[in-house]
Amino acid sequence: MADTKTGVGASVRRKEDLRFITGKGNYTDDINLKDQTYAYFLRSPHAHATIKSINTAKAKKMPGVVGIFVGEDVANDKLGGLICGWGITSKDGSGMKAGPHPVLAQGKVRYVGDHVAVVIAETKEQARTAAQAIVVSYGVLPHVVDAAKAMKSKVQVHEVASDNRVFNWSLGNEEATNAAFKNAAHVTKLDIINNRLIPNAMEPRAAIGSYDTGTESYTLYTTSQNPHVARLVISAFHGLAPEHKLRVIAPDVGGGFGSKIFIYAEEVVCVWASKHIGGRPIKWTGDRSEAFLADAHGRDHVTKAELAMDASGKITGMRVHTIAALGAYLSTFSAAVPTYLYGTLMSGQYDIPNIYVEVDAVYTNTAPVDAYRGAGRPEATYVVERLVETAARELKQDPAEFRRRSFVKSFPHQTPVIMCYDAGDYGAALDKALEMSDYKNFAKRKAESAKNGKLRGVGFSAYIEACGIAPSAAVGSLGAGVGLWESAEVRVNPIGTVEILTGSHSHGQGHETTFAQLVVEKLGVDINSVSIVHGDTDKVQMGMGTYGSRSGAVGMHAISKALDKIEAKAKRVAAAVMESSVDDVEFKNGTFTVKGTDKKMAFGEVALQAYLGHKFNSSEIEIGLKETAFHDPANFVFPAGVHICEVEVDVDTGLTKIVDYTAVDDFGNLINPMIVEGQVQGGVAQGIGQALLEGAVYDEDSGQLLTGSFMDYNMPRAANMPSIENFRLGFTCTPCPTNPMGMKGCGEAGAIAAPPAVINAITNAIGVREIAMPATPLTVWTAMQANKKAAE
Amino acid sequence: MENFNYHRPATTTAAAALMKKGKDAKYMAGGHTLLPTMKQGLAAPTDIIDLTAIKNFSGIKVSKTSVSIKAGTTHMEVATSKEIKKAIPALAEMAGKIGGVHVRHKGTIGGSVANADPAADYPSACLGLGATIETNKRKIEADKFFTGMFATALKDGEIITAVHFPIPKKSAHQKFPNPASRYALTGVFVSQDAKGKVRVGVTGAAATAFRATDIEAALSKDFSAKSATSVKIASKSLMTDMHATAAYRANLISVLAGRAVAAAK
Repeated sequence: MADTKTGVGASVRRKEDLRFITGKGNYTDDINLKDQTYAYFLRSPHAHATIKSINTAKAKKMPGVVGIFVGEDVANDKLGGLICGWGITSKDGSGMKAGPHPVLAQGKVRYVGDHVAVVIAETKEQARTAAQAIVVSYGVLPHVVDAAKAMKSKVQVHEVASDNRVFNWSLGNEEATNAAFKNAAHVTKLDIINNRLIPNAMEPRAAIGSYDTGTESYTLYTTSQNPHVARLVISAFHGLAPEHKLRVIAPDVGGGFGSKIFIYAEEVVCVWASKHIGGRPIKWTGDRSEAFLADAHGRDHVTKAELAMDASGKITGMRVHTIAALGAYLSTFSAAVPTYLYGTLMSGQYDIPNIYVEVDAVYTNTAPVDAYRGAGRPEATYVVERLVETAARELKQDPAEFRRRSFVKSFPHQTPVIMCYDAGDYGAALDKALEMSDYKNFAKRKAESAKNGKLRGVGFSAYIEACGIAPSAAVGSLGAGVGLWESAEVRVNPIGTVEILTGSHSHGQGHETTFAQLVVEKLGVDINSVSIVHGDTDKVQMGMGTYGSRSGAVGMHAISKALDKIEAKAKRVAAAVMESSVDDVEFKNGTFTVKGTDKKMAFGEVALQAYLGHKFNSSEIEIGLKETAFHDPANFVFPAGVHICEVEVDVDTGLTKIVDYTAVDDFGNLINPMIVEGQVQGGVAQGIGQALLEGAVYDEDSGQLLTGSFMDYNMPRAANMPSIENFRLGFTCTPCPTNPMGMKGCGEAGAIAAPPAVINAITNAIGVREIAMPATPLTVWTAMQANKKAAE
Repeated sequence: MENFNYHRPATTTAAAALMKKGKDAKYMAGGHTLLPTMKQGLAAPTDIIDLTAIKNFSGIKVSKTSVSIKAGTTHMEVATSKEIKKAIPALAEMAGKIGGVHVRHKGTIGGSVANADPAADYPSACLGLGATIETNKRKIEADKFFTGMFATALKDGEIITAVHFPIPKKSAHQKFPNPASRYALTGVFVSQDAKGKVRVGVTGAAATAFRATDIEAALSKDFSAKSATSVKIASKSLMTDMHATAAYRANLISVLAGRAVAAAK
């Protein structure tokens, strides 16, 4: 190891934090361009309506107005609509039914918050005031907001989908699975709702679009997790400009959780409209209300799930049917979430010979639904872990031991649902979690709680997830419109400092630290002589961005490859300078030595010589020290672990408190344990949010979003978390075999694992089979009342 | 937010005159309800009359029998007042549970009582302690003050100047916060005076704060937690929304009343 204090495996303090916590970050809204104007989007107040007419005459004359654009302007300019980059084929072989998604509504609005017109003015206030003067005549149509009702509804959200069904997808062997159920000794059935969530990144979305009339090129500053993907989509599908005439910059971004992967109407409109106002830049900064209404939401599944077991209690089959709401339009990666990121994880950590999953994806008159921290895997884990827990209870088996008996125990393990697990030791994580949580003394704690009028419960979640979705050829065969590799460039400067240009994008993950740790490890340089450059399509050669916990597993792998090339090149330079054979040059701790001699050169000296070119033949060795790499992984990586949650429920009010939480995760080798722990804690916080607090509610009658602010949408607060001394984190390690650093992904695990752990604990505490998320005091109290009544 | 004229009068007389003159004028005594509604475009007054510059508009006076709090006194001042903590500790505790720190430093007792938000905390204390609300015109008993959702006995232009709370023998406040907004999903303020008279003020449960007379009757006979919780509250006139059903709120009233009795000091 080059440097135990700042290399791989060290809990290095985050290099970027001083800048962020002292208010020196540079976010999109912090950027102001010369002659900048401001955009305000007029949004639909209706869940579903035709647009009969839009009269902008009065608004256009309002003070400060520079321009107003509506759907017709977009259509006249032949600007393409928003796309879904993943095509799903239905069971019957038919294609996905994608309705049109213009960046400004054309003839129809389909959810409250849909974009109707944009007003561009000298100030934000002027734009907003003028927007109120636009007269839109709507023909209000009936709407459907409930996923469960969409296919039976007479309301038709899109012409292409008569029953509002986007696709009917299936995975697994239906016949074999049905046979397993026929022969089952015991079947556990559950109806499950996975509640709709609103991401609420701390920084709302924002964009500045500008057109340079001299070079005839566009620049878009935007809050994106993947600026190169944004450039690709805006070029290739919206047809705004070819890629070399469009620069996309995603500067500091304040959280994404998936919601900033997608290409949104607002950013496309800002960059498009700039040309139509003579090239003046246009800034839009969404407010919190707009974030609630128009950021892509997450989850929203209605599921029927069944587990079959033989007489010995061995799991023999699983059958799942899910209705997944995708909202009013198909967002960028929406179709992949309830399919290949969901059905493929249904085997959980268990050896299940027969699995069949069927998914009906439906349109509803709600905000689009797309990937949100975990994306499909939290929904799958919730199904698997609620089913397994319930089955264990029905069979009167200890839920930990039932799981242990059912675990996959040898690797690689091919599941019946595509995934091939490469490595793991699920029993080890379970053992560690049981010990850390002192499971054997749970009964004592339960009795203590009872003395205080509290019902104590314990819940397990043995999750598995798949990160670094790959390889590109495989995802392409499943419908992906892109490859899922990553790229990196390593520039060593003549004095030996290092710039890493990465296609990954940091928006809270701490890449400026962890990526630098890899450079320290590999080149032996000081961590302060390394900088990480990301988020600019003019600087970084290419990239796929950050989501699905892929930056470590895929992004760092690309950097690692480029660093290997640097080392190889530097060895050749060092050999030439030290007049020896390359084979005799060794590189360790930042120093090149020649075997069997006392000759040595520091990394910085070699870098300088590489640029001087004085001491080697430049026709044999190219001048300079700069390398690039693309990396396409051989397989997903499979983080897994066991989380155990203990709750206390107040009998009188139904208020649930998480009194103890143990998370044991296997992420392979850790680059920066402190950052990994932070990711687990943050992920668990979001998972607790889903289980206890958060839930988007649309009003059935009006189609309005009732949870449109923090007054009604309950974001997790510190007080909702277990106290830090009762929030235990542990790690096991089975290094990933397809990754040279042996690492897996850690960004989403907490959000994936926590919801079933919490709900299993509550149902255990109050003695019910099912309870809906979020398990608010009202929900829990109501369930207890029903339970009491049933017992009477 | 629309433009408006901003006034900072030095007397209640000047304030009332401005109110009369303004086309759609509003008093502001902290602004923590008014300003958010204006930002959301739900209110657009032509004139804002900020009452906080009125002379002698804030301050706390504690006598042997009562606590008098002038209208412009902030929640933070009430929560941290040594005299109130001694005289009616439950009142100081309650004020310390309103909103967050920022809100407590700006929000005032007069503003809260005049606004009569069905989920605000002060109305339960006013009813639970039998307060008298003093205005620039008269004195009004709390029992006759809260008349409906955001509705009070205040006449147009009338300004609250102080709230007087009789000091009880013992009292306590219990609040079950709305999980999201942290307003009272239901809040109960219980007191018992030297003669044994019990008052139970309830907020957050109905369109306006009210007294739970059934629980008062039970507690008058037997001032115990069990006596309070054994009263079954009718849910008929209580609110149902996405955070709580009427039945759940009815349950909370007895549960919280019981806890208040147990905690009363």
